[in-house]
Amino acid sequence: MVIEAPEIARKRKAGQFIVLMIDDKGERIPLTIVDSDNEKGTLTIIFQIVGKTTAQMAQMEKDDFFLHVLGPLGHPTEINNFGTAVCIGGGVGIGVAYPIAAALKETGNKVISIIGSRTKDILILEDDMRKVSDQLLVATDDGSYGFHGFVSAVLQNVIDSGEKIDIVFAIGPVPMMKVIANLTKPYGIKTIVSLNPVMVDATGMCGACRVSVGDKTKFACVDGPEFDGHEVDFNLLINRLRMYCNQEKQAMEKYKCECHGK
Amino acid sequence: MENKENTEKKEKVPRQPMPEQDPMKRIYNFNEVPYGYTAELSITEAKRCIQCKKPSCIAGCPVDVKIPEFIQQIADGDFIGAARTLKETNALPAICGRVCPQEDQCEKVCVLGKKGEPVAIGRLERFAADYERESGNILIPEVAPPSGKKIAVVGAGPAGLTVAGDLIKLGHEVTIFEALHKSGGVLIYGIPEFRLPKEIVDAEVEYIEKLGVKIITDAVIGRLKTVDDLFAEGFHAVFLGVGAGAPVFMNIPGENLSGIYSANEYLTRSNLMKAYRFPEYDTPIACGKNVAVIGGGNVAMDSVRTALRLGADNAYIIYRRSETELPARAEEIHHAKEEGVQFKLLHNPIEYIGDENGWVRQIKCIRMELGEPDDSGRRRPIPVKGSEFTIDVDTVVVAIGTEANPVIPKTTQGLEVNKWGYIMANGETGETSREGVYAGGDIVTGSATVILAMGAGRKAANAIDAYVRSNKKS
Ligand SMILES: Cc1cc2nc3c(=O)[nH]c(=O)nc-3n(C[C@H](O)[C@H](O)[C@H](O)COP(=O)(O)OP(=O)(O)OC[C@H]3O[C@@H](n4cnc5c(N)ncnc54)[C@H](O)[C@@H]3O)c2cc1C
Ligand SMILES: Cc1cc2nc3c(=O)[nH]c(=O)nc-3n(C[C@H](O)[C@H](O)[C@H](O)COP(=O)(O)OP(=O)(O)OC[C@H]3O[C@@H](n4cnc5c(N)ncnc54)[C@H](O)[C@@H]3O)c2cc1C
Ligand code: SF4
Ligand code: FES
Repeated sequence: MVIEAPEIARKRKAGQFIVLMIDDKGERIPLTIVDSDNEKGTLTIIFQIVGKTTAQMAQMEKDDFFLHVLGPLGHPTEINNFGTAVCIGGGVGIGVAYPIAAALKETGNKVISIIGSRTKDILILEDDMRKVSDQLLVATDDGSYGFHGFVSAVLQNVIDSGEKIDIVFAIGPVPMMKVIANLTKPYGIKTIVSLNPVMVDATGMCGACRVSVGDKTKFACVDGPEFDGHEVDFNLLINRLRMYCNQEKQAMEKYKCECHGK
Repeated sequence: MENKENTEKKEKVPRQPMPEQDPMKRIYNFNEVPYGYTAELSITEAKRCIQCKKPSCIAGCPVDVKIPEFIQQIADGDFIGAARTLKETNALPAICGRVCPQEDQCEKVCVLGKKGEPVAIGRLERFAADYERESGNILIPEVAPPSGKKIAVVGAGPAGLTVAGDLIKLGHEVTIFEALHKSGGVLIYGIPEFRLPKEIVDAEVEYIEKLGVKIITDAVIGRLKTVDDLFAEGFHAVFLGVGAGAPVFMNIPGENLSGIYSANEYLTRSNLMKAYRFPEYDTPIACGKNVAVIGGGNVAMDSVRTALRLGADNAYIIYRRSETELPARAEEIHHAKEEGVQFKLLHNPIEYIGDENGWVRQIKCIRMELGEPDDSGRRRPIPVKGSEFTIDVDTVVVAIGTEANPVIPKTTQGLEVNKWGYIMANGETGETSREGVYAGGDIVTGSATVILAMGAGRKAANAIDAYVRSNKKS
C-alpha cells in the first residue's frame, strides 16, 4: 500500500516505522516503512491481515485516506560497512528486511539475503530483494518454491559452506527470529532482530511496548525496534503479543458481521 | 479584625454541598461524578464570601485569579461577568474548577476556613465557566495587529495551550505541534471522563483554534522535525511544553508480565482510545476482576476508579506509606472510598507472579512501617522483615510517577537538562540555555499541576513576546 505523507517520506530512514489510525474509533497500529519516494512524497507499507485493523485496511481503495499518520518513529537501523551481511526476511518481515538490505548494499557490504514464506504465492518482494543483494536465497515452508523448509535451515547451510558472516539481520515472525538468534549465538555472529510488540502511542509515553533485552526493560518504540537478538527475551514477547487475543477475536467477529450487513 | 462581625454572621450559612452521582450507580458508568452547583446553590455559596479587603485567597492562587470579584458577580447573578473575570487571568476555568487542588491553594487560605469551612471557590469557578460555555456566549477577544513573528509551540497540554492562546492575542502567528492525534495533553489522555469530561477539553481546544492558532497533530518533534528544523522553517521562537510523559516502573521481578500496565498506558487506552467503549472503539483493555493499583497520587486514584468502572470486583490501592501521606487530592480519596476502593496502606509490592501464559496472577507484597522523615519531609517507609504475603490479582497498574521523555533534549543542540532529564528553564521567563527556546510545565518542574503548567505558560508567553519584538536578527 502506498500512502501520501511527504514530510515523513523526506525524513525517514531504513528501519523506521509509522503509526496509522484509520478513523476516530480505530486503533493505532505500527507498520514499518518499506520504501519511500521523495518526489511523490509517498511511503510504501506492506501489511499482513491478522485482525480487524489490517482487514479494514485491505478494504480501502485508492484515494481513501487515513485519519492519522504519525512518524517516522523508532531508531533507524545502524548501517555500517560490516563486511558480509546476511538479511533474513520471513513473511511480511521481508518488507522490513528490504530497506535494510538496500541500505547495506549501498554502504558497500556483501549482502546475502534469505527470504521465506509459507508458500510460493505469498512470497513478496523477490525481485526487489534480488536487486539489492549479492546473493538471494529463497525458502518456502511447503517446498512450492526454492528451498523446502525454513529460512533458518538456509542460514545454517550458508554458515556450513564456510562463508564468513559479520552480521545477521533477521526480521519476521517472533518464533523465526528466536530460532535464528539461537542458531547464530554459538557462532558468535552478531544478530539484529526487529521486534513488533503491541504499541499504543509509539512515542515512549506508555510502556505497552516493553521488551526485555539483556535483562533490562526497554521500550521498543523509542529504544528499538531493533535489538541484539542474543539478548532478547523472546518468550516474554510471545506472551505479551497474546495479551488481547480474546478481544481481538471479538473485534474481528464484529467487523465481519458489519461488513456482511452492508 | 475589621471583618470579625461579618464572619460570624455569614458563618451560619454552611458550605453548600456538591450534588453528586450516587456512588453505587456511578461505578457502572464513566459520566462525571459531581453534577455541578445550580444557579441557586452558587448564589447561596457566593454570598458566604465576606469580600475581604485584603483577600488571602488570591495569594493562594498560582495565577492570581480575582477571586472575591468573580464571587461577587455570581452573588449578583452576573454569571457571564464572573466567567469573564476568571478568564482575565485563567484561560481554562472550566478545567481548573474541576481539577485544581483548591484545598491546598485558594481554599486553604480563605479566612472562613479558620473558623469553619472555606468558600467553595473551585465549585463556583466551575459553575461560572460552565454557565458561559453552555450559554454559547463566549467572548472572542480582540487580537493585536499582526506582528509578523511566527512561534512554534511543542505539545498541546495546558502549558502549550496557554502559551499559544496568549501569543495569538498579542498578534503573533502560532503553530502547535502535538505528538498524539488529539490535543489536550494529560487532560485528554490521562484524566478520566468521570472527572473531566472530554467535551470540555475539546471546547477549550476549539476556542484556541478559533483565535487563529494552527494545531498540527501527529507531529513528534525530534522525529518528524527537530527544533533546529523549526527555526530553519522561519519560526522566531519555540516553546517546549512536552510534559513529563515517560512512565516509571519499579524494576521488580515479573513486572513485564501480561496484565501489568503503566498508569499512562491504562489511562491512555481508556481515555484517549476509549477502550472503555470496546468493541465500539477498536482498542482493547484488560477488564480485570481483581485489580491492584500501585501508588497513592491522583494518577493512582484515576486508575483505580477506572478499574471499578471497567468491572472490577476488587480494586485495591497499594501504597507504601500511610493514609496521611497519600499525595492524591482529598476529594479523589474520598470519592475512591465511597466507590468501594480497598486501601492497602503501608504495603509495597516486591514481586509479581504469573501463570503458564505469562499473565499476572499474584502480587507478593511486604508490609512497611514508617521511620524517620526523609528528604521530602515525609516519614520514610521501611519494610517489615518476614511480613511478605500475596494478593490475588489479574490486572496491575503501576502509578508511581513519570519522568522526562528524552526525545527533544537528545535531538536539540545546546539545550541543557538537569540530572533527572528535565529541561532547565528560568522560572520567571521560561528561557532555556538555548536562545529563542522556552520551556514550561511538567517538562521543567516534573509532574506538577495543571494550574502551575498554565502559570508557566503565561510567563513564557510574555517573555517570548518581548524576545521576538526586540530580536533584530530576524
Ligand atoms: C515496529 C513495528 C513494525 C511493524 N511492521 C509491520 C509491517 O511492516 N507489516 C505488518 O503486516 N505488520 C507489522 N507490524 C505488526 C502490526 O502492527 C500488527 O499486525 C497490527 O497492529 C495488527 O492489527 P489488527 O487490528 O489488524 O490485528 P489485531 O486483531 O489487533 O491483532 C492481531 C495481532 O497483532 C498484534 N498487534 C495488535 N495490536 C497491535 C499494536 N497496536 N501494535 C503492535 N502489534 C499489535 C498482536 O500480536 C495481535 O495478537 C509491526 C509492528 C511493530 C511494533
Ligand atoms: C492521571 C493524571 C491525573 C492528574 N490529575 C491532576 C489533577 O487532578 N489536578 C492537577 O492540577 N493536575 C493533575 N495532573 C497533573 C497535570 O495533568 C499535569 O501537571 C499537566 O497536565 C502538565 O501540563 P503540561 O502542559 O506541562 O504537559 P502535558 O499535559 O503532559 O502535555 C504535554 C503534551 O506534549 C506532547 N508531546 C510530548 N512530547 C512531544 C514531542 N516530542 N513533540 C510534540 N508533542 C509532544 C504530549 O503528547 C502532550 O500532549 C494529573 C496528571 C495525570 C497523569
Ligand atoms: S474567598 Fe475567602 S478569602 Fe477570598 S475574599 Fe472570600 S472569604 Fe475572603
Ligand atoms: S508504545 Fe507506548 S511507550 Fe512504546
